[in-house]
Amino acid sequence: MRISISKAFWTVIMALIGILFILPFVWMLSTSFKSEADVFKFPIEWIPKHWNAIENFRTVWSGQFVRYYWNSIYITIATTVINVFVCALAAYGFSKLRFWGRDAMFVLVLALYMVPPQASLVPQFLLFNWMQLIDTHAGLILLNSFSIIGAFMLKQFFMGVHDEYIESGKMDGAGYFRTFWQIALPLIRPGVATYAILRFIWTWNDYQYPLIFLKSKELFTIQLGIRLFGDQYGDVYSLMMAGAVSAILPLLIIFAIGQKQVIEGISLGGVKG
Amino acid sequence: MKRTKNSVRLSMVARERIAGYLFVAPLMLGLLVLTLIPVIGSLLLSFTNWNFVAGMGAMKFAGFDNFVRLVHDSAFVKSLVNNLIFIITVPITMIIALVLAVLIDKHVYMKDAFKVIYFLPYISSIVAVAMVWQVLFHPSLGPVNKTLMSLGIDNPPKWLADIDFALPSLMMIQVWILLGYNIIIYIAGLQSIPKDLYEAAEIDGANAWVKFRSITLPCISPTTFFLLVTGIIGTFKIFDLIQVLTQGGPANSTTVIVYELYDTAFNQLKTGYASSMAMILFLICLLITGAQMLAQKKWVNY
Repeated sequence: MRISISKAFWTVIMALIGILFILPFVWMLSTSFKSEADVFKFPIEWIPKHWNAIENFRTVWSGQFVRYYWNSIYITIATTVINVFVCALAAYGFSKLRFWGRDAMFVLVLALYMVPPQASLVPQFLLFNWMQLIDTHAGLILLNSFSIIGAFMLKQFFMGVHDEYIESGKMDGAGYFRTFWQIALPLIRPGVATYAILRFIWTWNDYQYPLIFLKSKELFTIQLGIRLFGDQYGDVYSLMMAGAVSAILPLLIIFAIGQKQVIEGISLGGVKG
Repeated sequence: MKRTKNSVRLSMVARERIAGYLFVAPLMLGLLVLTLIPVIGSLLLSFTNWNFVAGMGAMKFAGFDNFVRLVHDSAFVKSLVNNLIFIITVPITMIIALVLAVLIDKHVYMKDAFKVIYFLPYISSIVAVAMVWQVLFHPSLGPVNKTLMSLGIDNPPKWLADIDFALPSLMMIQVWILLGYNIIIYIAGLQSIPKDLYEAAEIDGANAWVKFRSITLPCISPTTFFLLVTGIIGTFKIFDLIQVLTQGGPANSTTVIVYELYDTAFNQLKTGYASSMAMILFLICLLITGAQMLAQKKWVNY
């Protein structure tokens, strides 16, 4: 294979722009390893002269931080599982089952997609207040469990499944749920994985709902936690950056594993939120 | 014989119908309770003067008072204007993204690595990312201003703490966050353009610019349109970045509709008034979607 000069040239240019682009991340990581005295040294010490990484992360990871982390992990996993299941059920119903009013219902779902989430925020709060779901994890999980975009995406995948598979399930005497669970769902596993990864990322990063619906500090998620942390350690930037690194880390791991799925999922139809 | 067959078929249809309702029921119920009823609730509340803490008895019908007040509320008007200014980030992001997408798609090695690099800000948590920018933009100690000062600029702007620079700073961060998303969508659009179009143009002796202008641009116009519309709607929903970095300040210079709504509803506890803001937000999103439907036929060349 010949290396094209123009291609190599553009690769170098793009790499330079790319470095500039992720510089904030590099700075964050490098600062989280430094002792506080070196944070604002100029010119910037990209590779710290005095390593303070272990002490920084130990300080961050003592106290409440572990709790916030744990809260986020289990809320995110529970939300993702419930959300994917609810969306997959609806997607299957809308694409593979015939029933009266199906298309009308789907149009309603489409119409509701136009409603910005914040337009329903205040009555949602009043409703949850009345149902005593404010300041509970159950309430937070419930808020993120229903997604129109998820139903759209999974419906697209189900439409790619041939009806013969579904019919064969019926022939074998499997009920509707078993056909869905044991035949249709496994066939769209890559699609489910794509959506689940996106949902995980979106839920982990959710800030608005926890901010409004959680009051007690011990219930906080990591996003509220690092915010609080910022207030607490206000001027200790090395610790703040260690906190930020910790909050992003699970996303980087998930993204590293499912990078292809995430990018494919996003390209699929431009899904967002 | 025939009758039993018929009744079996009928019961199959009935069973499938029941199954269908059961499959869509969880999502439909969720949307009913968490979206449809609350939106109607917002509409009704927007005509009241009410603080929910005071209880149902304190609710007063106010007619269109809230909406009249909104027009004279300088903070709300400011937030609307800021939202409109924020729209500029959409075309800026799109233009940079298109250039980078063309380069990544055709002209570089290690495509996937570039996609990942530009996508990182989009998947990272906004709170964490905002904290990093807050320190980078620190007026006296931050690396950005230290660099500027070392380049000979004596009085660099105070960025997020500066009444004139706070909004542009936020807009810059917004572009940085959304660029990767736009690139990914554009690359998907570019890959759907048939290769033989370019080959035909090459036979006709078209240069790179002509090919870009008369093949690439028209062919990706649906993608452009999609990014433009979702991007504009997205700027009206912006909240996290503002709440973490500036809380609308300094002096309301960075407040946006959703931030005003949040502050009015949950800090000032003006439930009715906040609902009227929610309705304005809803109306704006509805108008943009309506305009999209009208414009789609005119603009998009397939």
